[in-house]
Amino acid sequence: MSRTGVVPMTTTADRISTIVDLDHVCFSYAGERVVEEVSLQIRRGAFLGIIGPNGSGKTTLLRIILGLLRTECGHVRLFGTDLTSFRDWRRVGYVPQRAAFESRFPASAFEVVMSGRCGVVGLGHRFDVYDRALALDALDIVGMAGERDRLIGNLSAGQQQRVFIARALASGPELLVLDEPTVGVDLEAQEQFYSLLRRLNRDRKTTLVLVSHDVAVIAKEVTQLACLNRTLIFHGSPEDAIASGAIEQMYRPSSLLVSHRH
Amino acid sequence: MFEMLSYGFMQRALAAGLMIGIIAPIIGVFIVLRRLSLIADTLSHVALAGVAAGLLFRTYPVAGALIASLVGAVGIERLRGSGRLFGEAALAVFLSGGFAVAVVLISLARGFNTDLFSYLFGAITVVSPVDLWVIFALGLIVLAAVGILHKELFAITFDEEAARVQGVPVETLNMLLTTLVALTVVLAMRIVGILLTSALLVIPTITALRVARNFRHTVWIAVLCSLVAVVAGMTVSFYLDIAAGGAIVLMALLLFGVASVIPRSRLARQEHATR
Repeated sequence: MSRTGVVPMTTTADRISTIVDLDHVCFSYAGERVVEEVSLQIRRGAFLGIIGPNGSGKTTLLRIILGLLRTECGHVRLFGTDLTSFRDWRRVGYVPQRAAFESRFPASAFEVVMSGRCGVVGLGHRFDVYDRALALDALDIVGMAGERDRLIGNLSAGQQQRVFIARALASGPELLVLDEPTVGVDLEAQEQFYSLLRRLNRDRKTTLVLVSHDVAVIAKEVTQLACLNRTLIFHGSPEDAIASGAIEQMYRPSSLLVSHRH
Repeated sequence: MFEMLSYGFMQRALAAGLMIGIIAPIIGVFIVLRRLSLIADTLSHVALAGVAAGLLFRTYPVAGALIASLVGAVGIERLRGSGRLFGEAALAVFLSGGFAVAVVLISLARGFNTDLFSYLFGAITVVSPVDLWVIFALGLIVLAAVGILHKELFAITFDEEAARVQGVPVETLNMLLTTLVALTVVLAMRIVGILLTSALLVIPTITALRVARNFRHTVWIAVLCSLVAVVAGMTVSFYLDIAAGGAIVLMALLLFGVASVIPRSRLARQEHATR
């Protein structure tokens, strides 16, 4: 089994093609370690699924990558820049869990997508024709251009999720980070959703990082898997993850190296 | 209508009312959607402490209200940001605290009851030219701030976390929004009174939410409702000789009532038809 705890020496070329570089990262909530010494490199063009049981620290890890949480130890680099001095957030698109928004919010799909250009346009500047065109493009990519004037709350769960992807795409990101994107989305919409992600990854060379607890679906879709349960158990191809038994190990109680307080 | 405009005090009151009618719902849309409706009520009670202090020390009470509500705004954001208090408890602390200070100051100095009443319940007959200038200056500041930062304010209102990932300075904007609420409360208090200012922020917004089909609509409809309520309320108040603040808020509630009985299904069909 390939353990990524030991990172081989990287060359300069490797570092340039490494979009996300986690180096011995850890994080605690209320004194309890939820992420322990995780080292993980995500290459340009990868489609990485981060899987793990509830409370395995996968969403925490995602939030660390997005700069929403600060690591306790170790380093995070995005596009070769240390996270503490990283400012180029337009290169990162974020698709949060759908539950995070108020369904009665009076915003059209188009307005939601336009808000994805805030970081690019900058404080005090107005959106112009170019911003509108890019927002429409983004809606077009996800197949929602026809629904652009509809209230976000009146769309189906699958459509809402595609609008949120369009919002993330509106800044033209090289890295797209998705947190449990298919929760509450029906099967048919899920299939559409993954085919959209495949297209983004293949045609636009967008690097994708997706957190999910739905191991069976994820293992089928992604090109790389990271199995997380507080520590990183495995990082490699889905086939190797299955062959090596990493997935079973991740869910086995004996591998849950949680605190011995009880 | 024309008779009422022949009086200088009514002209000033109406001018002030129109400015308030524009500003209050614009700020109101953001605070209602952020579930911070109580923040306007809180800051108006803090402003009351400033009014009481101003009357006690015989300075311009509006200046006292402005200082108190701005200090309150900073305090509320600090306390909310620290995460030490549960949800709206931070607001409750400032609301009762502001009111308590006001009551103590009022009891210290007896004899300004009529003045105080005009701030508590609003009094269109006492809007001085200085008041009008202050209202317009504050109003323009609020309008300019929202005009410049509306896309960021929308982004943090819709999804604060996604905005943060984009590099939008969320904390600074939260502080700014609370400060704008503080300014709005002070500029509204002369007309509708401290106890009713939050109504002018909240009611037109929830009326607009019943019928709007996007965010831009929501803001325009809220402003329209608020202006109608202000003009109708003041007119009724002038001819029937009733309190303007109460009349304005009742008019706003009347519009909300009308919007509420429009069946939802019809709106849904409208949306469908316009596609």
